[in-house]
Amino acid sequence: MTATALVALNVFRESVRDKVLYNLVVFAVLLIAASYLLGQLTAGQDIKIIKDLGLAAISAFGLAIAVFIGIGLVWKEVEKRSIYSLLSKPISRPQLVLGKYAGILLTLLVNVAVMTAAFYCVLAYMYWMSSPEARAAWLVPAVDPRMLQAVLLIGIELALVTAIALFFSTFSSPFLSTLLTLGLWVIGQFNADFRELGTLLESPAAGWVGRILYYVLPNFAGFDIKAQVVSGTPVSAAYVALMTLYGSVYVALVLVAAVAIFSRRDFK
Amino acid sequence: MTGVGSRVALGATLVVLMASVVGLQAVHDGYAPGDAEGTALYVRSPAFVKRAMLSYQSLAADVYWIRALQHYGRTKLQPGARKRYDLLFPLLDLTTTLDPNFNIAYRFGAIFLAEPSPGGAGRPDQAIALLQKGLDAQPQRWEYAQDIGFVHYWWRHDYPQAARWFARAAEIPGSPEWMKGLAAVTEAKHGDRATSRRLWTGILTSADQAWLRAQAQFRLRQLDAMDQIETLEAVVRRYHEQTRSWPRTWAALGIVRGTPADPDGFPYQLNPDTGAVTLDPASTVNPLPIDERTARR
Repeated sequence: MTATALVALNVFRESVRDKVLYNLVVFAVLLIAASYLLGQLTAGQDIKIIKDLGLAAISAFGLAIAVFIGIGLVWKEVEKRSIYSLLSKPISRPQLVLGKYAGILLTLLVNVAVMTAAFYCVLAYMYWMSSPEARAAWLVPAVDPRMLQAVLLIGIELALVTAIALFFSTFSSPFLSTLLTLGLWVIGQFNADFRELGTLLESPAAGWVGRILYYVLPNFAGFDIKAQVVSGTPVSAAYVALMTLYGSVYVALVLVAAVAIFSRRDFK
Repeated sequence: MTGVGSRVALGATLVVLMASVVGLQAVHDGYAPGDAEGTALYVRSPAFVKRAMLSYQSLAADVYWIRALQHYGRTKLQPGARKRYDLLFPLLDLTTTLDPNFNIAYRFGAIFLAEPSPGGAGRPDQAIALLQKGLDAQPQRWEYAQDIGFVHYWWRHDYPQAARWFARAAEIPGSPEWMKGLAAVTEAKHGDRATSRRLWTGILTSADQAWLRAQAQFRLRQLDAMDQIETLEAVVRRYHEQTRSWPRTWAALGIVRGTPADPDGFPYQLNPDTGAVTLDPASTVNPLPIDERTARR
């Protein structure tokens, strides 16, 4: 097994030891409780709301894991001075960074996979429990495989957030890394606004700056197709493939930058 | 103190403190100021809420939808005849801005924003604005155009406008065949009861929600009641023409067996001084809408 894989496995084991996977229990309880209560509250919109809630929870829990574990990955090793014993072993700095990233990605993958399975189980149960008349009123099937498109893009988004958190953790404190990562994620939700900056401010310079920011900053809003899949609005496979490619290239860019910074860092 | 003793003491302390918290919370309920949350909407700007919710807009739309239902239900259950559904439009506006595909929110608004108090907000203008917003977001939804026509027809009694909207709904691909006929009949026979029946039957057959079907069935029962009242009044008038007096009981009419009842089973009231036939005040088909003929009389 390569050094990168060993580091990744250790990160995954550490996250299990840190009880990160407990969030799965919270997720399951949240969905089951919601499915039980919402039927009484939502005037026939329980399936839609369970779908919204499930997808939002997969995204939010994943985001919390990506940010709060991602920012501590490298910093913890430096703070505990364990970085010296690690780097004295036959493991290069790029391997360490990539291994850490792969480890948290594995944690996220397990999380998202289990949450998605639980999500579909709850929807299947609701389908099974509902009357034929209620089913006839649904514009979109309860157990809709198209929701996997949204889950895939949530996964890609989380991979990018993790890469950004890891990047900041290679040179800054956890507090600052959290602020910077979440800040970038929030800015990435308004990415399209940067494109319109020039027309809003009627300034060519502002327009240029806006356009540069639009192309350079990560477009997190583009990964969000939750509303479309829940309402049954078609999302083309080409769009999903494009955003998957965009996310993958951006992850590669951020990881290369993280490796470059970490490789030059002086731990004396 | 032994280890077991200290654990028991700790457990007992926790139980006592928890019981105190529960007790104080119960006492708090008696002292708490009025429920401001139920009547206040702190953020009314849909554009702001849309941005503030980042990538969780659909979930926020669900929250506002549940709030809209709670506001409607709570207001409807309040005692007193005059009910104010002031937050219904802002809540539905927020819901549909956050999730423009929230179909049921538009249709719910069409029914309950337009209906006069106590059943609704009595704001057909807001109902039309909400449906227009839905039609802008989803031009393929013929149901919204039909609902705008319905609001013009049923609540505004603006039949030319209603006919125009039914015709527009008929032009949208996927609309049912009867929509063209409805547009033509509305244009030709302004607001007669048969057209109303046709409109509600159309809504009943196209409704995908149980509450909307129940609403259509209720309106159809009201129309049945109006037909029955008209028939009974005709019989009463004939009696008056023959005897020069109004009947004091249903039995006096001879042709009516027992006490005639409305579609929900409540007995009709006969006024022995005027001969007017009305619904029982407790009847569940109250209040009947004013139709054109009643208004003209």
